[in-house]
Amino acid sequence: MGPMKKKYEAGEATKYITRAQALKKLQLNLKDFRRLCILKGVYPREPNNRKKAQKGKLDKKTLYYVKDIRFLSHEPLIWKFRDFKVFMRKMKTAMEKGDKETVARLKENKPSMKLDHLVKERYPTFMDALNDLDDCLTLCFFYSTLPRDTKVPANLISLCRRLTVEFLHYVIAAKALRKVFISVKGIYYQVEIKGQPVTMLINHQRGFKPTSASDVDYRIMTNFVDFYTSMLGFINFRLYHSINLQYPPKLPGITVKEDATDEDAVEEYNELVAALNSSLVTNVPQAEEEIQIDEFPSAEGAEKLEEAKREAEAIERLKSLFKGLKFFISREVPRESVVFVIRSCDGEVSWDPSIFAGATYDETDESITHQIVDRPSVDKQYLSRYYIQPQWLFDCINFRRLLPVEDYFIGANLPPHISPFVTERLGDYIPPERQMLLALQRGETLPAEQEEEEEEEEDESEDDSSDEEEEEGKIEKKEPTKSQVVKEKKGMKVMRGRVEMPDVKGMEEEDKEHYKFRELMIRNKDKRLYRSMMKNRRNREREAKRLENKRKQHEKEEKSLKKSTSSGKALTAKWSIQPLSATSDTQTKKMKMM
Amino acid sequence: MATASKSAKRRYEIVENKGNSEDVDDIIEAQVSDNADDSTDEESSEYSGLEDDEEDDSGDEEDESAWEEASDEDEEDDDEEQDMSTNEDSEDDSEDKVAPTAVPIEQVESSTTAEEPAKPVEDEYAYDSSDEEDLRNTVGNIPMNWYDEYPHIGYDLEGKPILKPKRGDEIDNFLRKMENPESWRTVYDPQTGQDVVLSNEDVELIKNVMGSRIPDGSYNPYEPWVDWFTNEVMETPVTGRPEHKRSFIPSRIEAMKVGRMVHAIKMGWMKPRVPKDTSVERHKYYLMWNADDKSEDVRRIENPIPAPKPRLPGHAESYNPPPEYAFSDREIAQWNRLADTPYQRKFPFVPKRFSSLRAVPAYDRFARERFVRCLDLYLCPRAKKMRLTIQPEDLVPQLPKPRDLQPFPTVCSMIFKGHKGLVRTISHDPSGQFLISGSDDQTLKVWEVATGRCFKTFEVKGTVRCVSWCPNSAIALVAAAVDNNVYLINPGVGDRLVQAKTDEILKEMPAQTDYLIPQRVRAVLTWNEPDKEQWASGFRVILTHFKAVKHVAWHSKGDYFSSVMPEGDNRSVLIHQLSRRRSQLPFSKSKGLVQCTLFHPLRPYLFVATQRHVRVYNLLKQELTKKLITGAKWISSLAVHPGGDNVLVGTHDRRLCWFDLDLSTKPYQALRHHGQGIRAVAFHKRYPLFASGSDDCSAIVSHGMVYNDLLKNPTIVPLKKLRGHDKFDDFGVFDVLFHPTQPWLFTSGADGTIRLYT
Repeated sequence: MGPMKKKYEAGEATKYITRAQALKKLQLNLKDFRRLCILKGVYPREPNNRKKAQKGKLDKKTLYYVKDIRFLSHEPLIWKFRDFKVFMRKMKTAMEKGDKETVARLKENKPSMKLDHLVKERYPTFMDALNDLDDCLTLCFFYSTLPRDTKVPANLISLCRRLTVEFLHYVIAAKALRKVFISVKGIYYQVEIKGQPVTMLINHQRGFKPTSASDVDYRIMTNFVDFYTSMLGFINFRLYHSINLQYPPKLPGITVKEDATDEDAVEEYNELVAALNSSLVTNVPQAEEEIQIDEFPSAEGAEKLEEAKREAEAIERLKSLFKGLKFFISREVPRESVVFVIRSCDGEVSWDPSIFAGATYDETDESITHQIVDRPSVDKQYLSRYYIQPQWLFDCINFRRLLPVEDYFIGANLPPHISPFVTERLGDYIPPERQMLLALQRGETLPAEQEEEEEEEEDESEDDSSDEEEEEGKIEKKEPTKSQVVKEKKGMKVMRGRVEMPDVKGMEEEDKEHYKFRELMIRNKDKRLYRSMMKNRRNREREAKRLENKRKQHEKEEKSLKKSTSSGKALTAKWSIQPLSATSDTQTKKMKMM
Repeated sequence: MATASKSAKRRYEIVENKGNSEDVDDIIEAQVSDNADDSTDEESSEYSGLEDDEEDDSGDEEDESAWEEASDEDEEDDDEEQDMSTNEDSEDDSEDKVAPTAVPIEQVESSTTAEEPAKPVEDEYAYDSSDEEDLRNTVGNIPMNWYDEYPHIGYDLEGKPILKPKRGDEIDNFLRKMENPESWRTVYDPQTGQDVVLSNEDVELIKNVMGSRIPDGSYNPYEPWVDWFTNEVMETPVTGRPEHKRSFIPSRIEAMKVGRMVHAIKMGWMKPRVPKDTSVERHKYYLMWNADDKSEDVRRIENPIPAPKPRLPGHAESYNPPPEYAFSDREIAQWNRLADTPYQRKFPFVPKRFSSLRAVPAYDRFARERFVRCLDLYLCPRAKKMRLTIQPEDLVPQLPKPRDLQPFPTVCSMIFKGHKGLVRTISHDPSGQFLISGSDDQTLKVWEVATGRCFKTFEVKGTVRCVSWCPNSAIALVAAAVDNNVYLINPGVGDRLVQAKTDEILKEMPAQTDYLIPQRVRAVLTWNEPDKEQWASGFRVILTHFKAVKHVAWHSKGDYFSSVMPEGDNRSVLIHQLSRRRSQLPFSKSKGLVQCTLFHPLRPYLFVATQRHVRVYNLLKQELTKKLITGAKWISSLAVHPGGDNVLVGTHDRRLCWFDLDLSTKPYQALRHHGQGIRAVAFHKRYPLFASGSDDCSAIVSHGMVYNDLLKNPTIVPLKKLRGHDKFDDFGVFDVLFHPTQPWLFTSGADGTIRLYT
């Protein structure tokens, strides 16, 4: 028999290390350790058995893999941290001595970090990087909107701005936008890159509200952004490369030397790039390819294949959704998001040149088809164009087709804007708007339109409708008589055998009882899981029911409201928009055809 | 010197104003006089003190006046004007000159000072100022309110009171104030009781103090700097020491250093510093990944777990959500109520409908949410968790449908009514034609199953705890446990021959020649013959025990039977042999409260159920072979499968345990179908059925198939819950019993009925 084994010297206990131990081992202070962890993407791990991993201690500790910490200890960045510490010390001494020459020299040689190797190390493949892009984009967009006087370094803010604009340019060029959603937090965009969905959230641009230091620590976030900027830069480069665009982005026809001393010119050029309104210079003239889905004969996959085809078609449609439409943006509309959305669906867009650089045509242009307006009324209206609210664009993209513009006119009560990101589970509540969208995706026609048409018909001729109803009733009456006649003819001698209806109710009850017995036979170890699952399901069902009832109640109230206000008003409201729609009746028809 | 520069300035201005002025000669005169003044000034200023300054001022006055006369007509109070200007800075002066229109305003001010007496500086000793002070205030520095009530203040040299000046009433005062242009600078002096008119200097002083400037108006904080310690080389140095030689000879070490540097430059070792290229910043990105999916070998952290993606928004987060998602007033109130525990809220925001996009405000928690996400990314422990993709239905075992497992009893087809108390126990004859039941109304009733008729009733004295029909079809005999007795009764139904034969067998006690009843047994039990009356009513043998008997069970051959007295301690179980009328006490030690006993249908085993366990004894070897652990608190009933390898145990704590004796001593399956404790369990002799009756007034029929193949476990499927009995005194079903040949079930209940389900 060998020597006795001590407790916690093998297995789980040796795999983990607490944070204090890690600090000691790496000889870093907490701040540097945090920074290192953020940059290297090292995070604590949840052990399988916490008691063993903490060597019998019961208080909860932050545990890291020992191997991770060992991996950190080989990081050259640690030396950079130490260099920086020395640099700061020297700077401090020089500053206090008032030795300006030394300060200048030191500043010249300020140690800087390069994070390229970290990007490669954390994301060995491009797909890995894309998979982690959500947080990166959201945070970079947030940083790009920060004011210069926060604690964040100004050059980081401008770098974020540059990189995010470059990314938006890529999305426009690749037509990769798939879903959009205006929420109270900001606007969500879902972009599909190489088959991977990437979702970003851009906050509403409403001015910056400072936060207290206990709420938000910008230093920590800046550490993240340091890494994210280099990551986003490399991703942008790769993305531009993949669709043959020049990186950094260049506008056609304008040449500005990169190292030009004229800062104003550079600034102006950057603004033109940020306007998102012109396509970029490509390396090679692109040849568009039509990707055809190969058909593989498979018995059970036929339906799936069909669905995939439909999906591909819808995306194709989405890519050129606004093709041939000319938009003009009013000044109160958030320019950047609207331009981004329109341009990534192949539309043409312009705005008042006083808001931002890069406007291509004027408001007086007669060929404008849609003007995006977000105010209750407009003084001077052109007959040749629709005045619509921005939600129309977003809804169109989610529905992947041009919706009728009538619901979105100026001052109209907008239809609800629903989230395209929801995936319903069994028994969940689906709002009617969403049901419509799902029906569209399944390839059915627009039921709302039909309903509307029916309603219109009814409105037009109430008398007719009553007649129709009567006719229908007659037909219904006729049908049974016919069958009776047949029976009489045939039933001379041999009576037809009667089908004995099975006792459906009894069967159901039996099944119910059987299911109850089956429930009783669940294995003991599954019993708790089953119960919790059923409880969750019941809760969901209750929630769905609640929402459904609320909706019904709301609709009832709406109806009563409508009734109370005279119907004449509604008519006048319709008349007021009549001239506009009358001029472009053909257009709407075309759209419906599409 | 200062005045000289001032005058020079003035001269310049005057020259400028030449075009305006008409009397050029006058100006020239003034110039001349000015010049003369200057010359005297320059001489005197170096040596003279204040007085000269005054002279200088006066000179200035003249100069000013001359100019004033020249440029502006109608100037009368020149002196006053000059008074003011002397008090002011030179800059002010120049302003005056540049913009002569400003003068009239100043004039108004100066006119106010007209009545002021001349400065005391002029002649200090013209009068005795100290005397004058005394004259006015003769009381000294005392609180003046002491004199409030007197018409005078203090006394003069002659001892006469100095009268206060008349103040007059308010109207007089007001009129005086209106008339007197000096009223704004008139101040009442409580020390003397006099009104004092403040002088110009006093006003200036007050203004300076209030404006937090230096009180003394004549003090100039911006006087020209006198450079006492100049940096100019003096003609005669302080020390006449010649410079050292080494200050002329170049340093040798420096020369060596320079030489080395020159050499390094020549050799190309040393290069001028290259200015940093700022354009690199813009081009620092390159193609990092060559392919999408292929990875080169890089060291990574151990077993990386990607962070979960942020949650995607639902409909409620929309700026214009469907109306059912927007919060109602009640929901808002609830949201507000959770202000202390925001994590319990359904959303971090209030879902609300905005009429248009421009009405949407900034989300004030945006920065905070981004920050929390960052914290999560680097601070939250990560682990891989299996996510269940199953539906709850998948956990429910797939059982064969009851329809496929027919036949089994489903409908209540007959109710046997007649008993007036709880029907505790029922038993059937071996053929299944008759049924006997024992009740609390102290009767035993024999029923015909097919018709439901009650054939016979036996009156006994006491509640019937248990009845059991002898399984031997050659004799017609029923054992009934009533209080302390076990009666063996000939029910008198069925085949006459069998009845007669039974009577014949039991008529005489077999001879007990060489058998001595052991002392232990004799103390417990006696075999009694019934008297004539009892014989006539059907009783054949009476076994009198020393304690109440609760349970009786026959061996399958019909010769042996056992009786159980739970209170009998180590003598609670008795095994009787009918043919020889002998009894024995198999156990010498008590193992707990015995509930019931059963014989193994094929082998010489005895099952004894105590409160917690079921023990299986080998009667031949006289040893314990198995102890079945039910895990229950109180066993109520026991049934053995006709095959003999499976045992069903019902317990008062609602559990029904199926034991497979070949498998283990623990239950193969425990079912909890019933809502209340189980009273009875039974196996069917032919069909793969078993049933359990419970206090919740129901009996459950289940399918329990036992296979001959040892590798195959029995299948147990609950089939049907049979209801019908009424609740009485918290009791429901007391006994369940299967028909020996048909898939029928008898249940006896606390409501005094027996039901037949077919």
